[in-house]
Parts: sequence; C-alpha cells; structure tokens
Amino acid sequence: MRLTQGTFSFLPELTEAQIRAQVEYALAQGWAVSIEYTDDPHPRNTYWEMYGNPLFDLRDAAGIMQEITACRATFPGSYIKVNAFDSTRGWEAMRLSFLVNRPPQECEFVLERQEIDGRRLRYTTRREPARTR
Amino acid sequence: MGKMGEVSERYKSGVMPYAKMGYWEADYVPKDTDVLALFRITPQDGVDPIEAAAAVAGESSTATWTVVWTDRLTACENYRAKAYRVDPVPGQPGSYFAYIAYDLDLFEEGSIANLTASIIGNVFGFKPLKALRLEDMRIPVAYVKTFQGPATGIVVERERLDKFGRPLLGATVKPKLGLSGKNYGRVVYEALKGGLDFVKDDENINSQPFMHWRERFLYCMEAVNKAQAETGEVKGHYLNVTAATMEDMYERAELAKELGSCIVMIDLVIGYTAIQSMAKWARKHDMIVHLHRAGHSTYTRQKQHGVSFRVISKWMRLAGVDHIHAGTIVGKLEGDPNMVQGYYNILREQRNPVDLQRGVFFEQDWAGLRKVMPVASGGIHAGQMHQLIHYLGEDVVLQFGGGTIGHPMGIQAGATANRVALEAMILARNEGRDIWNEGPQILEAAARWCKPLQAALTTWKDVTFDYASTDTADFVATATAA
Repeated sequence: MRLTQGTFSFLPELTEAQIRAQVEYALAQGWAVSIEYTDDPHPRNTYWEMYGNPLFDLRDAAGIMQEITACRATFPGSYIKVNAFDSTRGWEAMRLSFLVNRPPQECEFVLERQEIDGRRLRYTTRREPARTR
Repeated sequence: MGKMGEVSERYKSGVMPYAKMGYWEADYVPKDTDVLALFRITPQDGVDPIEAAAAVAGESSTATWTVVWTDRLTACENYRAKAYRVDPVPGQPGSYFAYIAYDLDLFEEGSIANLTASIIGNVFGFKPLKALRLEDMRIPVAYVKTFQGPATGIVVERERLDKFGRPLLGATVKPKLGLSGKNYGRVVYEALKGGLDFVKDDENINSQPFMHWRERFLYCMEAVNKAQAETGEVKGHYLNVTAATMEDMYERAELAKELGSCIVMIDLVIGYTAIQSMAKWARKHDMIVHLHRAGHSTYTRQKQHGVSFRVISKWMRLAGVDHIHAGTIVGKLEGDPNMVQGYYNILREQRNPVDLQRGVFFEQDWAGLRKVMPVASGGIHAGQMHQLIHYLGEDVVLQFGGGTIGHPMGIQAGATANRVALEAMILARNEGRDIWNEGPQILEAAARWCKPLQAALTTWKDVTFDYASTDTADFVATATAA
C-alpha cells in the first residue's frame, strides 16, 4: 500500500531540488520547519517522533536539507515528514506537511469490524503486522 | 427634540414622515457597538431617497406607519434605527445605498433568528420601495462575542484530518437521486480510495423510498473506513442529516457520530435556528458541520432585491458552520470573481477591511471567531486547477462531482486525476511558478506520467461556463470568469 498522507503523496517521490524548493517556500512565508519520523503511520497517530525541536532559528534551506539528510541516515526504514509551522495569530498551526522518506516496504493496515446491534459496525484500523512505536 | 412643545408636536396622532420621526440623522456617528447595515434601496417614483432610507430604518426597528403615544413610555430614541447616509449607486439611476445603524440592545445575544427578524423582517415588502437589497452588515465585536462561531474551524479541521498545505478534495455522489444504499456506498468507496478526502451527499438526499437514511449511513461509513485503511489517510463523507424536525436531525446526527463519521451535513433551508442548534451539537460532539446553501439563489442572485450572499456568509460564520458552499467563479453556477473573493475573505479572514471592489462596505473584526472553510462545487474539473487555486487559494474544498464520477476510466481514476492535478499545481506554485499562465503546461507535464489525468484533460478540455454575472460590484468594471 502506498501511504497517501502528506501534501504531495500522489506525485512521484520528490527530488532533493524539489524538497529544497518547498523548504525555501516555507522559510519565505516565515514558517518554522520541523522534521518528524515514525514506524507507525496510523492515520490517528498524531504524534510522530520529533527529530529535534522545530528549527525556529534556522532560516537557511541548506541547513534544513542537512537535517533531513541526517534524519534519513539515522532512520532509513522510517516514514519521515517535513512540516512547516506558522505561528501567526489565527493560524498557530501547520501549513505544509509532506513525506520525504518511506521504508523499503510500506506498512499495511487492516480494517477490523465488530458487529453490533442494528446492523451497526464498530471499525478499527490496525497496523499489520502490529508494531508499537 | 428637547423642548416640551416640540415633543408634544412629535407625538400628535396621525401620520408623519419617517425622516421626521427620528429615523434619519444626517450627523449621526455610529458607535463601535452599533450593528450597521447597508441597503440598496430603489424607491417608488416620487419617493424621496432620504425618506425611503428613514422608512427602512423605521420598519426594521421600532416604527409602525403612524405615530404611537406608547413610544413615550420608552427611551425610544435609543431603540430607533438611524439612517445616517444615503449615496446614489454609481451607474444605477434610481437606486441608493442607505447606511443604517442599530443599537446593540435591539438584538438578543447569539441569535441569528432575532437579528434577521429585525433586519429583513417586514421591511422587504414595504410598498413605498420598488426593491430592497441588504448588501452588507457590520456586526460589532460586542455582538460577535455572543456567538459560538464555527464548531471546528479551518485550523482544527485540518489538524483532525491531518491535511495541510493544499485545498481539500471532494465530490458529490451522482446521480444525486435514485441509488440504493449499497450502490451509493460504492461510489463513496471508489472516490475516496482514488484520492479524494471527502465525498458528499447532495442537498436533496435525506431519506427517500429508494434509500432510507440509516441504509445510507451504514454503507457510507463502511466505505469511509475501508478507504481509510487502504490509504492510511483520514477520509470522510458528509452525511446529510437534514430532516423534517430537529428531533429527526438529532437522531440522524447521533448515528453518524456513533458510526465514527467526522462530519455531518445540513442544508440552508432548515433555517437559521436549526443551523445554530446543529452547530452547537457539533461543537459538543467534535464533529465538523458542512452547510449546503440550498435555496440561497432565490434571494441572493438579483442585484436589486434580496440579501447578498456576503451577508449570508457573515450570518453563517456567526451561526457556527464549518463548511459553506461559496462559489467557484469558473464553474456552472453564478459567481463574479470579485464578489466570490469577497465571500471567501469574509469566511476566512480574521478582519475584513473595506473593499468596495469586492462588495465589502464595512470593516469587520471577527474577534477570534474561527474561520469557515469555503466549498467550491458545481461544474468544475481538473483542467481548471490553476484557475481555481489562483482565485480561491488553498483553504477551500474543491468538489469535483461529475469531474470524478464521470471520468472515462472510472471513479477511482477520476479521483486520482483530480488529486494529481491538485498536488502538481500546489508544488509548482510553491516553487514560485506562475500557475495562472503556466497552469496548462504544468497539468500536461503531470498527465505524461498520470494516464487518468491525461484522460480527464482530454474529456473536459473545452468545458467552460463563461456567462455574464448578474451580481457584480458597482465600483469598478468587473472581469468575467476566464
């Protein structure tokens, strides 16, 4: 399964130049870039591991590219995403978030159905095979 | 009117001009707490525009057609709305813009029903006017803060969906009427698996003989959950809970919640009070509320008479919906580019400056009220992606119903075509490319590796809806949709 989270998951994997262009765009908006990784990209897994704090003071795309490279070297088998955070009043939220690394074998989810009354079902999406991170 | 003699003269039984009854005050300076309204008035022949404006102020506040002594039991000057400015409409002889101020205490806190019962209550049928249109309103912060506002809002909706940096993608199931629950859910599943974020019931899908509501809810949520597990991405379907009574609507919304839906849908025709009730229900249960503006064109489309959609947008932001259909500019339904951008700004910005070119007459401070996600739906397709993003920005739901389900290679392919076109265009825009001019090349380049997009571009490349708009700004020559 191809995980389609993130702003650009329907495009071919972004090249280094394309990633850098998006980082430059985020910096030009005044946003802070951060990097997160996980082995559990469950759609409800809100908190991926932070690869350090958001890079509030790093305003240079080259420096951020180095961080991305270092994160990939450390966690080559993980999903890694680059986020851009906008701290202006009224947003104070993520404005861009896209994947920059996928494991060689993508994860799979299964849908479990618990049959209850009135033809209703309770659904649970479970990682296959289950992992904890 | 301080002296006793003048006062007794004012309250002599009989009929007197509204302007003389205190509904016209040329030197009135609106208070920060006043509700302001701008009406376009077209008086009957021979009716003085200032008297007409005063009459509108009177009939939308305290007045009746004759003098009543019981006014003297109240602080009546306070309760009288005051027309304070009348300007001729540029290029429209016989029509005038009338500015009217209303004291805050004329209105019940947090009630759109009460606000509108005054402002658009009796006055639109008033005989001395040929036509009357409510163009814009300024809601003072003191009144804004009595409303809940959007149950979820753009920021939190994006966080819940985990989708950032691009418009959301939706589609309305077609045919809108006649599918069984099982067949209907098939469309939902295919479209979500193919790459859409949302699928949507249409405004007139409620609980009909061909598909009762429970049937639809059960099959749609199977489709949503299955697509979610197969893509690893949060998905949704707007389950329309519109029904005959509030009790029915709550019952349907409860099932949507129990089944794990993240969103419910209502139609504008359920009325302002029902909309506010559902917005409160949604805030309580962490649900998103999608509003379809069914019926609005009966009163928003004609320039001379009715209520502008920018006013409806303001009321709906106060009432607390999270999504509202607000126009596409390039699609099949009415929408001048400037006017539509005005609605989008009202829904999405924290503060709106005066912007006459976009029909915005008043500065509006939204005081931290959450933002509403506008929805662009009706006759749009992947080939217009650059125009849609250019005009509408990225905080919008783009809904390609026919443009997904009518794809020659199937529904999944239609959804994929739209998603690829969208992501390619956002990538290019962020890279600094001029998407307005280079859009077609950007789409062609993506279509070289994405066959569904190629098929979509070929199928719909010549489809445009380029007609003159009926509702346009009065202050500049307006462009029509490209």
